[in-house]
Amino acid sequence: MKNKDNKGDGEKPSVTVHIDLCKGCGLCIVHCPKNVLEASDQINALGYPTTIVSTDDCIGCGNCYLVCPEPGAITVVRP
Amino acid sequence: MTKVYEKSPAFFETFDRKPGQQHTTHYCPGCGHGTLNKIMADLVAELGIQDQTIYVGPVGCGVFIYYYFEGACASAAHGRASAVATGISRSNPDGIVVSYQGDGDLAAIGTGNAIHAANRGENMIVFFVNNNLYGMTGGQMAPTTLLEQKTSTSPYGRSEINDGYPLRMSEMMAGLEAPTLVARVGVNNPKNIRQAVKVIRKGLEIQRDKKGYVFIEVMSQCPTNWKKDPVEACEWIDDVVCKQYPLGVFKDLTDERQAQRRPRREVEFAAVAKQLGLRGDDDTGLDKMTLPQPEMRFKFAGFGGQGVLSLGLMVAQMATERNMEVTWLPSYGPEMRGGVANSSVVIGENPIGTPVVDVPDVLVALNRPSMDKLSPLVKEDGLIVYNSSLIDQIPADLKGKVCPLPATTLAAEAGTVKAANVVVLGFVARMTGIFTLAELEEFLCETFKKPALQEINLKAVAAGWNAAEAFI
Repeated sequence: MKNKDNKGDGEKPSVTVHIDLCKGCGLCIVHCPKNVLEASDQINALGYPTTIVSTDDCIGCGNCYLVCPEPGAITVVRP
Repeated sequence: MTKVYEKSPAFFETFDRKPGQQHTTHYCPGCGHGTLNKIMADLVAELGIQDQTIYVGPVGCGVFIYYYFEGACASAAHGRASAVATGISRSNPDGIVVSYQGDGDLAAIGTGNAIHAANRGENMIVFFVNNNLYGMTGGQMAPTTLLEQKTSTSPYGRSEINDGYPLRMSEMMAGLEAPTLVARVGVNNPKNIRQAVKVIRKGLEIQRDKKGYVFIEVMSQCPTNWKKDPVEACEWIDDVVCKQYPLGVFKDLTDERQAQRRPRREVEFAAVAKQLGLRGDDDTGLDKMTLPQPEMRFKFAGFGGQGVLSLGLMVAQMATERNMEVTWLPSYGPEMRGGVANSSVVIGENPIGTPVVDVPDVLVALNRPSMDKLSPLVKEDGLIVYNSSLIDQIPADLKGKVCPLPATTLAAEAGTVKAANVVVLGFVARMTGIFTLAELEEFLCETFKKPALQEINLKAVAAGWNAAEAFI
């Protein structure tokens, strides 16, 4: 998908899950239109199975950020 | 243009709630509170109002918001956030006051507070986080619980016959004249969240422009108490909850309303005193007291029923009549008789900072538990008076002047053991030099009208006064 605001600097939108802040609720997974995120069996320091980024198809829509209840768990950058 | 979605600067960088969890909230996985907190923080940062915003937290799952939002925060007693926010809003007309409340808080114990704040059109934005039950305490039924919904206190489902119908607060608030904006939003999916962001932005702009009261009901998922996984819980909001609680804007007078400011009036105490028929400062005809130091801090302690609260009141009242600054703070258990009680009195020449007496100048202990607990706190040059009729053993290494006074025995000799506090009054007055015997007698005659009581009390106060002879 072409991003209109992308001024051709070659950078792609990206999503980062900070796994030590993730509580594994899975809301970001179901609301990602591109299925970029998936549940893993990795257990973080808080004892939750965390979500990981599995592909680089992120379009920077921000859905995952919006539905995530944790203030710092997801960062999305849309160049 | 680069768009970055990340943790808002309106949050603290680290949350000091618990060691080891300094970057996460206390909310359960999938909880709507976290989502709402994020929306609020994002908008506060976006609108540039962080240094004006004052958050008032509730009792309930939202109680810890002061650990998260970097701004001024206050915690209110259960249900009272709207009332506390009213006070804050009135005294800080330039502040943006956010009252953050849950449904057990706002729609049950605090309904009256919330409705009247709305009806006065206070400048505040109220977030009413509705998850249909009491979340923090284990999922009990709330007024907002859906019919047939099973909770820990409605295991067969809520019935309208026994429990009434789910309370629709937004519709009620929209029925009032004063509120400027009343809306119900959801935080269960991206579409609802984007809508919520728009409404909440508008609500905060109304606050920035001082246009009155905003009520935003936020339908929040509670996966833990609903016993659903977070994804199911969010879907349940769309499928079931929103049938009872439809989302939408119920009232919006943003364009019609003007900025409303309430002038802060200085209170003229002389006018108030005149209205109440009180004597003004100038016409009591009595000179101010002379204190041994600019501020005297007293603690009177004993069993409930020994008259320690009255003793404090007598000292406080006599000092008040002499135009001093005075506080009286009682502390007692639920028992009318027998529990441990104490009263703290502060008399000062200047306005008093706190009525709490942690380090007394003068301690009166009428029973042993009070003596054991409080006597080590007294100042080095302080005075400890204990009731030697009832206390046979005192702590070692006490500071200050320690005076045994057989108050109960002397009172019994005067006529009744109930006058032990008056014996102490006479003793303390002489030891500290704050009142003369004549002043005490005049005060007691004004207080006790019956001649028989007068006689006993005059005997008691004289007994205390004379007992002080030995210690001066």
